[in-house]
Amino acid sequence: MLSLRGISKHFGAVSALSDIEFDVHAGEVVALVGDNGAGKSTLVKVLAGVHQPSAGEIFFDGKPVKLADPSTALNLGIATVFQDLALCENLDVVANIFLGREQNPWHLDEVGMEVRAWTLLNELSARIPSVREPIASLSGGQRQTVAIARSLLLEPKLIMLDEPTAALGVAQTAEVLDLIERVRARGLGVLMISHNMEDVRAVADRIVVLRLGRNNGILTPDASNEELVSAITGASENSVTRRAGRRAQREHVNEARP
Amino acid sequence: MSKPKDGVSDIPLLDPPLLDRADVRVKHATGIGGAFEAFITRVKSGDLGFLPVIIGLLIICTVFQILNPVFLSSSNLANLLFDSSTIGVISLGIVCVLMVAQIDLSVGSVSGFASALVGTLWVNLGWPVPLAIIAALIIGALIGAAYAFLFNWLGMPSFVSTLSGLLAFLGLQLYILRSTGSINLPFGSPLVSFGQLLTVPSWLAYALVALAAVGVFVTNYRTEQRRKASGLSTQPMVSVAIKALAIFIGLEFIVFYLNQTRGVPWIFGLFVVLVVAMNYALKQTQWGRSLTAVGGNPEAARRSGINVRRIYMSAFMICSTLAALGGILAAARLASASQQAGTGDVNLNAIAAAVIGGTSLFGGRGSAYSALLGIIVIQAISSGLTLLDLSSSLRYMITGAVLAIAVIVDSLSRRSRMSSGRA
Ligand SMILES: Nc1ncnc2c1ncn2[C@@H]1O[C@H](COP(=O)(O)OP(=O)(O)OP(=O)(O)O)[C@@H](O)[C@H]1O
Ligand SMILES: [Mg+2]
Repeated sequence: MLSLRGISKHFGAVSALSDIEFDVHAGEVVALVGDNGAGKSTLVKVLAGVHQPSAGEIFFDGKPVKLADPSTALNLGIATVFQDLALCENLDVVANIFLGREQNPWHLDEVGMEVRAWTLLNELSARIPSVREPIASLSGGQRQTVAIARSLLLEPKLIMLDEPTAALGVAQTAEVLDLIERVRARGLGVLMISHNMEDVRAVADRIVVLRLGRNNGILTPDASNEELVSAITGASENSVTRRAGRRAQREHVNEARP
Repeated sequence: MSKPKDGVSDIPLLDPPLLDRADVRVKHATGIGGAFEAFITRVKSGDLGFLPVIIGLLIICTVFQILNPVFLSSSNLANLLFDSSTIGVISLGIVCVLMVAQIDLSVGSVSGFASALVGTLWVNLGWPVPLAIIAALIIGALIGAAYAFLFNWLGMPSFVSTLSGLLAFLGLQLYILRSTGSINLPFGSPLVSFGQLLTVPSWLAYALVALAAVGVFVTNYRTEQRRKASGLSTQPMVSVAIKALAIFIGLEFIVFYLNQTRGVPWIFGLFVVLVVAMNYALKQTQWGRSLTAVGGNPEAARRSGINVRRIYMSAFMICSTLAALGGILAAARLASASQQAGTGDVNLNAIAAAVIGGTSLFGGRGSAYSALLGIIVIQAISSGLTLLDLSSSLRYMITGAVLAIAVIVDSLSRRSRMSSGRA
């Protein structure tokens, strides 16, 4: 469904991504993991049309596509929950969920939108006191739920979730994982970023590892923890050498200090 | 609803909670007392709405009425409304650009330029009036498009581009009028009568106000019915009715009072229609929603698929078109297009009116009604001081102080909104 070929992205001198290749098939959950600054969010933004890749090609449904701006990606059916959520603090929950996709553009259907918003939020067992309060008054997790609800609004073909459960409570995390499975069962593709290996193992069909902006292996969820961690950190695979490596690094840092 | 299984069917079952009332932690306002309490909470958390400007207006009226009883006389108020309309229209455009956190400093110059243009095309070149007006409005729209172009594609801050526009269009205005200095518009022409004399026939004014109140009631009533049918919470019917009744009585009284002498100026009617239309566009259309979103967080708006550049374009174009319209109305009001038109305090009064009325300088918060309320405050000060025979030096100082207070209120309420999570 989605294929990346040789995607690179430079920010000035920084190469955030180089030569990334992977595929997401319909009815599949792909997890994208990697250390902080590995380039995961940058990749998601490229796929959402927020950033333009410096090189490489993106294929969607077999056809090469150019994601020139976010609305192109949305119209293709790629919905995104960004790590920084990208909500408008001065608008209320309903307005945020429907932003850019309002029902009845010349006379907004507030009642219809409010009902639909509650339906979406209830599906996620959201704990939101009122959908008519500005987003600024919500907690981090509540905002995250709103952002997820927004991505579901359009019945997309591919959903990208950048750390969707980072701020969520136990029940809400479970709902999101359930939701990911439901979405997969409907034949949609899911690209999920998470630092929580438990969540990743629970739902992912494949795990794509990024390290310093490069592909660093594609694993299956039954891969051992050591394999996963070493792919992410780049240290060799046994835990003793990992600790040794860390110690060496520490000393290196200490030496570097004046 | 199904019967409970244990057979205790004589206990009435509770209704399922309304869709938006499931969270038990939230205190929901019920009834009229509850609505009042909710209002107090909102104000405390920094969501002031029109409260400051209405209080300010009451203070200003009381003070001037004590100093000079002519102030609140029917004819003085009619005069005040004539004067408010021209800059008010300009201020309405300012609301639009402030909503997207931009500014247009050239509205005064653009209005003067538009009036010079209409004067020249109509009086000197003999164009039909409507054509001259349309030409001036189109030029106004193009000026706004130019600012938007500079902002969108060259990243030029609107503060700078419109500042250079201020000088450039003032220059053009002086150039157009260089031979004569000013062009007198013929007395008795429909445009000048519209600006100076024409008022709504009293029966029509009463009828229109009644129609407006009925309209408010019917739309609110329909909304409440739909909410009820969809399982959402509703306001009690009484408060819907009271609101419509208050609008009816309040407006009919104002019309009645104005009808004692001159009546309601048509030019003010035009201004009010524009305000209501703008309010609808801002609050009830996708465009208005997008405008608010861009003012609050342009990047989030872009990621939602909104064409942010087009929104900036529309805001700047509406602003300078309304500035041109305001200039034409001012020319009609003065029956002349002069080199002084649009200079002096026009610019700052238009901007000040929007801010005094409660539109935030920080973007993303505002209302079309702030232009209406703000310009009435400014004109009330000016009219009161003129009645007291005080010089314009004092007027500038007082208007400046009021503007400063308005900006302080804006900043403080923004801070308290942030601390109570309503930014
Ligand atoms: N707009 C930008 N301008 C310049 N550099 C950027 C920009 N966005 C990201 N980067 C750089 O690209 C690299 C990858 O960042 P990215 O946000 O993709 O990391 P990440 O994998 O999502 O990390 P995290 O787990 O912390 O979310 C970082 O080195 C970052 O500094
Ligand atoms: Mg990230």
